[in-house]
Amino acid sequence: MLKQTEGSKAVAEAIALCRPEIICAYPISPQTHIVEALGEMVKAGELTPCEFINVESEFAAMSVAIGSSAAGARSYTATASQGLLFMVEAVYNAAGLGLPIVMTVANRAIGAPINIWNDHSDSLSQRDSGWMQLFAETNQEAVDLHIQAFRLAEELSMPIMVCMDGFILTHAFERVDIPSQEQVDAYLPPFEPRQVLDPAEPMSIGAMVGPEAFMEVKYLAHAKQMQAIELIPKLADEFKNIFGRDSGGLIRTYQIEDAETVVIAMGSILGTIKDVVDEMRAEGHKIGVLGIISFRPFPLEQVRAALIKSKRFIVLEKSLAVGMGGIVATNVRMAVTGSGLRGFTAIAGLGGRAIPKSSLHKLFRQAEKEELEPVTFVDLDWAAVNKQLEREKQTRRSGPIAENMLHDKGIVGVSAKFG
Amino acid sequence: MFQIRIHGRGGQGVVTATEMLSVAAFEEGRHAQAFPSFGSERTGAPVVAFCRIDDKEIRLREPIMEPDALIIQDPTLLHQIDVFAGLKHDGYVLLNTHHTFESIGLGDFVKERDHRRLCTLPATQLGLKHVGRPIPNVPLIAGFAALSDMIKLESVIKAINEKFSGKVAEGNIAAATEAYALVKEQMKEHSHA
Repeated sequence: MLKQTEGSKAVAEAIALCRPEIICAYPISPQTHIVEALGEMVKAGELTPCEFINVESEFAAMSVAIGSSAAGARSYTATASQGLLFMVEAVYNAAGLGLPIVMTVANRAIGAPINIWNDHSDSLSQRDSGWMQLFAETNQEAVDLHIQAFRLAEELSMPIMVCMDGFILTHAFERVDIPSQEQVDAYLPPFEPRQVLDPAEPMSIGAMVGPEAFMEVKYLAHAKQMQAIELIPKLADEFKNIFGRDSGGLIRTYQIEDAETVVIAMGSILGTIKDVVDEMRAEGHKIGVLGIISFRPFPLEQVRAALIKSKRFIVLEKSLAVGMGGIVATNVRMAVTGSGLRGFTAIAGLGGRAIPKSSLHKLFRQAEKEELEPVTFVDLDWAAVNKQLEREKQTRRSGPIAENMLHDKGIVGVSAKFG
Repeated sequence: MFQIRIHGRGGQGVVTATEMLSVAAFEEGRHAQAFPSFGSERTGAPVVAFCRIDDKEIRLREPIMEPDALIIQDPTLLHQIDVFAGLKHDGYVLLNTHHTFESIGLGDFVKERDHRRLCTLPATQLGLKHVGRPIPNVPLIAGFAALSDMIKLESVIKAINEKFSGKVAEGNIAAATEAYALVKEQMKEHSHA
C-alpha cells in the first residue's frame, strides 16, 4: 500500500512483514524509531510469534541475536555509530559462525568528537567483518532491501547489514509502497537454518580452530560473499517479478551510456547527484552516475564494466580512511586496475555536513577538467583548519582540537578553558 | 518543486508540521518530502524543518536554502536567527503572531514584498482555544494552505485525522478550519486594499 510515512516506520513495517521471531536492540539515534515501532507491534500482539528482548547494551544485542539465530530463530537488530562499535566483537562472531542475522545500520558518524549526524563511517568500519552490506538510496529501497536481505542472509547463512542514511532517510517522510504480507510470504520462505542448537539433538557451535583449519573457515566466508555476487542480482530479479519494481542488485547506473565522467556514490546522496547530473546534461556535459548498492561483497567486475567506457571517475564518499583518503574510492580503484582511467576521490558530508547541489556542480566541473587533487575535501573550511595548525606550531599546549574549532567558528558557549 | 521551511522552537511541533504538510500533499496525489534539520533537540531551542512538494519524484536531499514559503511559528526567533535567509523575492511568509508585521518591526521587510504573499495568524491562541495547548503548528499549516492554495483544507484535515484521533483530532480540525477562514478573510481584505 502506498503511503506517506517516516523512513523508520516504513522499515519497521517491512521487518514485521518478514516475520522475525526475535528482535533485540538497544536504542541509539538515529535507529531508535525503527525498534520502537517494532516493540509496539510486538506488545500489541500484531507481530506473533515474535519476542522483543530488551538488552542492556549493543554488545548484548548482538550476543542475543547470535544465540537466537543459532537456536533457529529469524533474528533482527538495529544500531548505529558507537553502538555498532560497541558490538564489534560479537559482529565478527556472527559472521564467523555463519549466522544469518539481519541488522539495520542507520548510518551515523563515529566520535570523537561526538556527533550524532549522518555519514558512512560506522558500517564501513566493519567492511572486513564478513557481513554483507547493502546501501539504500531511498526509503522505498530501504524497505525493499530488508526483505531481500533476509532471503540473501538465509540462503547463504551469512549476516547482512542494511545501511540507510541516518536522519536523512530514517527521519524523512516520503512516499513508500509497503508490500502485502502475501507478496513477502511468496518471496521469503520460512527460515531453514543450516545449524541449530537443539536440546533434543545436542551439538556445539563455535569451536576453537587452530592453524590447521582456520584459513579454510575464513576462506569459506569469502566464498559465501563471492556466491552473493551471483545471488544478489537474481534475488533482485525475483523481487521485481513479485513486487513489480527495480530494487537492490549490485550496482545501479544513471545516464552512463555516453558518459565521459562518472560520479560514484552510495546511499541517499545519489538523489542529489542525479539532479545535478540532469542539470549538467541539459548544458551538454557528458556525465553519468554509478550507484553502489552492494558494498560487501564489492562487485569489482560490475564496477569495472560500468566505468570502462568512460574517461574518468570521481568517487564521492561520506567516509574517510584517515592517513590514506577514501574507503569506497580504494575499492573502486581496485576494480579499474590497469584501465588507465583517471580517478578522483571527494570526501563530503562527514558528521552530517550538508552536501548542496552548488558544491557538487563545482566539484563535477573540476573533475571533468581533471583539475582536482587526488583527494578533495568538499566544503572544508581551510581557514579554520590552518588556524588550528598554526596554533599547534606556535604553542605546545595548544589545547583540545574540537573545543578550539568550535571557539574559532564562533559557536557560543563552548570554551576549553573554564572561566 | 515548491519548498517550504518552518522555523520554530522545540516543543512547538515544527517537525510534525512538515510531516503533516507532506501527508496533505500526498493525499492530493503529489510527491512530498519532509525532514527536520537534525540536532540534539530540546524544548525551546530553535528548530528548523523542511517540506518539498512536487509532481514528480523528489530526489534532492539538501536542506532548503531558498524557500518558496516560510512559516514562522515563533516571532521571538526574528531577533535570534535570520529566518528570512534565502527566501525567494515572491516567497510566501506566514507568521504566528496576533500583532501586525508593522507593529513587530517588519514594516520595511513587508514594504518591499507582495502583500498578497504575507500573512500573520494568531496560531498559538487558536491552538489554546480549540486544543487547549499553545501549539501553533496545525493552525499554521491550515493557514499556509489558505495563503498559498498549494493544498486544500480537506487534505490538511485528512492529515490531522491520520496523526490524531478523538477529541484531539476534533480540536485540531476546528483550529485548522478557523485558521483557514481567518487567512482567507485577510487575503480578501488585501485584494481589496
